[in-house]
Amino acid sequence: MENSILSLLIWLPIFGGGLVILLGNERAVTARWVSLAISILVFVMSLSLWTGFDSSTHLMQFAEKSSWITYFNIYYHLGVDGISMPLIILTTFSTILVIAAGWEVIQKRPAHYMAAFLMMEGLIIGVFSSLDAILFYAFWEASLIPMLLIVGIWGGDNRVYAAIKFFLYTFLGSVFMLVSLIYMYNKSGSFSILDMHDLSLTVAEQAWIFWAFFMAFAVKVPMFPVHTWLPDAHVQAPTGGSVILAAIMLKMGGYGFFRFSLPITPDASLQFSGVMITLSLIAIVYIGFVALVQRDMKKLIAYSSISHMGFVTLGVFALFLAYNPNSPEGAFLGLEGAMVQMISHGFISAAMFLVVGVLYDRLHSREISTYGGVINTMPKFTGFAVLFAMANAGLPGTSGFVGEFMVILGAVQANIWYAVLAATTLIVGAAYTLWMVKRVFWGKITNPAVQTLNDINSREFSILAILTLAVLIMGLYPQPVIEVIHVSIDHLLHQALASKL
Amino acid sequence: MENFYLTIALSPLLGAIIAGFFGRTLGRTATHTITVLGVLVSTVLALMVFNYHVLEQGAIFNQNLYTWMQIGELNISVGFLVDNLTAVMLVVVSFVSLMVHIYTIGYMHDDKDYTKFFSYISLFTFSMFMLVMSNNFMQLFFGWEAVGLVSYLLIGFWHHKESAIEANLKAFLVNRVGDFGFLLGIGLVLAFSGSLDYAEVFSSLDNTLNQQLWGMDLITVICLLLFVGAMGKSAQVPLHVWLPGSMEGPTPISALIHAATMVTAGIFMVSRMSPMFEMSDVALTVVMIVGAITALFMGLLGIVQNDIKKVVAYSTLSQLGYMTVALGVSAYSVAIFHLMTHAFFKALLFLGAGSVIVAMHHQQDIRKMGGLRKKMPITYWTGLVGTLALIGFPGFSGFYSKDMIIEAVHFSNLPYADWVYYAVVAGVFITAFYSLRLFFLVFHGQSRVDPHTESHLHESPLSITIPLIMLAIPSAIIGYFTIEPMLFMGWLDNAITVTSSHLPMAGLRNEFHGATAMIFHAVQTVPFWMMIGGIATAWIFSIYRTQWADWVQKKFSIIDYVLQSLYGFDRFNEIVFVKGIKKLGNFLWKISDSALIDSIIVNGSAKFVGFIASIVRPIQTGYVYHYAFFMIFSLLIILTWTLFMGNNPLLVI
Repeated sequence: MENSILSLLIWLPIFGGGLVILLGNERAVTARWVSLAISILVFVMSLSLWTGFDSSTHLMQFAEKSSWITYFNIYYHLGVDGISMPLIILTTFSTILVIAAGWEVIQKRPAHYMAAFLMMEGLIIGVFSSLDAILFYAFWEASLIPMLLIVGIWGGDNRVYAAIKFFLYTFLGSVFMLVSLIYMYNKSGSFSILDMHDLSLTVAEQAWIFWAFFMAFAVKVPMFPVHTWLPDAHVQAPTGGSVILAAIMLKMGGYGFFRFSLPITPDASLQFSGVMITLSLIAIVYIGFVALVQRDMKKLIAYSSISHMGFVTLGVFALFLAYNPNSPEGAFLGLEGAMVQMISHGFISAAMFLVVGVLYDRLHSREISTYGGVINTMPKFTGFAVLFAMANAGLPGTSGFVGEFMVILGAVQANIWYAVLAATTLIVGAAYTLWMVKRVFWGKITNPAVQTLNDINSREFSILAILTLAVLIMGLYPQPVIEVIHVSIDHLLHQALASKL
Repeated sequence: MENFYLTIALSPLLGAIIAGFFGRTLGRTATHTITVLGVLVSTVLALMVFNYHVLEQGAIFNQNLYTWMQIGELNISVGFLVDNLTAVMLVVVSFVSLMVHIYTIGYMHDDKDYTKFFSYISLFTFSMFMLVMSNNFMQLFFGWEAVGLVSYLLIGFWHHKESAIEANLKAFLVNRVGDFGFLLGIGLVLAFSGSLDYAEVFSSLDNTLNQQLWGMDLITVICLLLFVGAMGKSAQVPLHVWLPGSMEGPTPISALIHAATMVTAGIFMVSRMSPMFEMSDVALTVVMIVGAITALFMGLLGIVQNDIKKVVAYSTLSQLGYMTVALGVSAYSVAIFHLMTHAFFKALLFLGAGSVIVAMHHQQDIRKMGGLRKKMPITYWTGLVGTLALIGFPGFSGFYSKDMIIEAVHFSNLPYADWVYYAVVAGVFITAFYSLRLFFLVFHGQSRVDPHTESHLHESPLSITIPLIMLAIPSAIIGYFTIEPMLFMGWLDNAITVTSSHLPMAGLRNEFHGATAMIFHAVQTVPFWMMIGGIATAWIFSIYRTQWADWVQKKFSIIDYVLQSLYGFDRFNEIVFVKGIKKLGNFLWKISDSALIDSIIVNGSAKFVGFIASIVRPIQTGYVYHYAFFMIFSLLIILTWTLFMGNNPLLVI
């Protein structure tokens, strides 16, 4: 049992989802409770990864390995380190929230809805724990399917367009990744990701592989200019879909840079870090301005996500310039800041989309102009919303601050201009977030429909309260997270800095 | 002592949490009792800390509470640094906060969000304590932004007022502009010193020597960036625009946050960083000039305001300018001295204004007041004390601090110090003019109050008048008693560094012959007569010949227009930043993002694939003989090619 915890985390929700489908949409109440029970069980089990984690080694832990397709040397090989483990817990945590959040509002095929999220949970945990490239690829692509269905079935009016766009965009990117994985297999005879880390590659090979990976990961993050699927997908997705998309699926892209690009193609990463940093800064600054003028709350948060994820890629690729052999802290700040930013963005974007979901459930509008003066009828809810908005604007004391702070401090040591541009988010991020807060929550009630709003019920309250705790704890005491990731990041830093040529 | 420091910070936090979460259940009386007690505990302990550190010259306390994050060698902690500067700040903040808490009981009596208000002001007090007790830049930034958050919430406290929620957004964003610089400054500090801990940073300042950035010394750049942060918080031109708007908030917070404590955070921060600023004359000169511009030009705006709170707000801006000037000329302890006296008398003036506003049923236009002296004696007399302190009437607390600033500028050897000297001296006239204009228009002359309000006009309740009296006492006397120990007997010496090449403090020390002597000496000085001139002018225009004011206004209509439009800062910001950035955002969104990237490139590729498909689709007829024909025909061509063409044709024709 001890050794198969990762398998359990993957397959329990997947088979659990199957069970929920079997229960059927007619037995919706049972299906909901079973789904919730499974998600909580998986979350509790995933905590044992944290408690049993040895943060003094970068080696893969909780490893499992058995033969899968012997002819091609493909293994069912799982394991986690400090980079993947927090992301798995983030996944199990978010899944509980989306299942609770879809409790009442999803009346159309409720069992299938819950099942889709459970299965997706398992598949995404598979992505984060695979150590075999083909297994990784299988989970990577498979996780698209539940999301495609979630957007396509439970989405808004234009859901089919958004679902297909989402699917093609991300699928197209990952095909290139598959090609490069097979290329490396041909070269080394192994699909093990850890073997690929040690595979020696020429400049040209690294460049090709780097850009192939870029196609897959940049689309997922998403980086400018391959980001345009995200606003459409978010706007059309149901609340739960948006939450998982923003909180978890985007992290798969970031994770890819950590697990594949840096260690497999370190020289190419160095060579193209300028391009990557430029794209990241464009995402932070340009997308910030775009977010400012959005009229649709979900679109606004979607753009805000792109901007925040820009800090992840900035932190990752600034490491080469920020690194100084005498004081590696600059590079650490960038890399670990990127990790922290991913986790924090998981909480905050989830919270922001849930906040919009609460309003959408009531008035079926995402337009900012529909609202105004919500505080008058929903004071408790407004308290949460303002707190999350502040976290989104990077207020110290919330998790949103920690990652941005670290990345900006790291960026100063890479190049002061990177920091100058990145720090504009302090102004622009606050502007788009708080301007929305002003128009939605403050002020007089102008729309009579807002007068009819009821404040959040105890279920909604609990969901938002849990997220509040997560956001505050991580903001006030990030050290436990840093401690878990530090050794793995240290190892990664050495991999990234060691030339393969 | 460690528990003392912790309790000082946490007891208002506890009060805020109880008031925030359980205020409605506990009821009004319980809530205000708890929060007032929380701050009372802090105040008593702060006085004990003051006694220990300043009077008994206890050792500096510098210790981390917990590790916020540890990255390699870099340790970022939450911790306290308590030296004499901190001790002074603690006393000022806790005392003013206590007075404001008590005052709120009366002032917010009828507000439906009574308990929430107490929660906020206690939370503010906590944040301010964290800011002044911090021993590192991270926590400083935390406190810095946390006070900004509470300020945001409190300016927009009456969220049904459109003007209030515009003002709080503006306040937050303008402060963020300052924080933008501040954060970059912190980043550079970390880059050169490898630490965010004050003590470690100050001990590695030599690392910055001979380093250049952007064509300046590195230390100059760092100091200027940090000062941008101070400009935001302490509302220096051009980042001052948020402060007048912040008057939309309830008056108690105008006194606490936007006069006495939060806005002086920038002054505190620069004083704290004195070892760094001392290394850069360029940065000090910039600080001094920005301060002088703020002191002079914001004071001028006070003259044309008719809203009682706005007059006091512009006065605050002007006084913050004075403090900044003091920082610029390396007279940090004088800046802190003025910060302290100003905290008392300005809080007093704001709370007095609030007392008037309550009595006037929230009428704030001073043209509709007059003759309130008889109706509100306590407000009148305390207001008089506050006004005399503000204009620097000899003997009152403001006299000592402001005189010292002016003298310090006099001794400064920085470039442009002579111009700054004229500005701060002219400022004395202006201060006296707008202060007494306000005072005369409100309390003296004929009553212009509407009859209905007039019939209800009476003195405010005890919860309002007691804080007024309690603040009037230090406003009157604290300067007399503290000037010597604070400036010349080394109260702040363990926190502030001044290099010997900066002369003002030494010059002041040579000239100083005791607080009493200063009073008698005053009549021989220019500032004194500037003040008298200001009083006389105010008397002429507001009491003696009120119609002259209109005449002057018409005669100098251009100047009046410039002042009424507040030098056009707001209009400029509106056009360039608000509208300009919205246009830019829309352009980027519609043209670049939606049209270029999404429609043309992304959906364009999809359409292109569809287009190719539509062309090749007719070929796929589904008939076997079509396919067989194509195969045979193609084979024929290929074979012909291999027979006759290429490098080595099989048949040569």
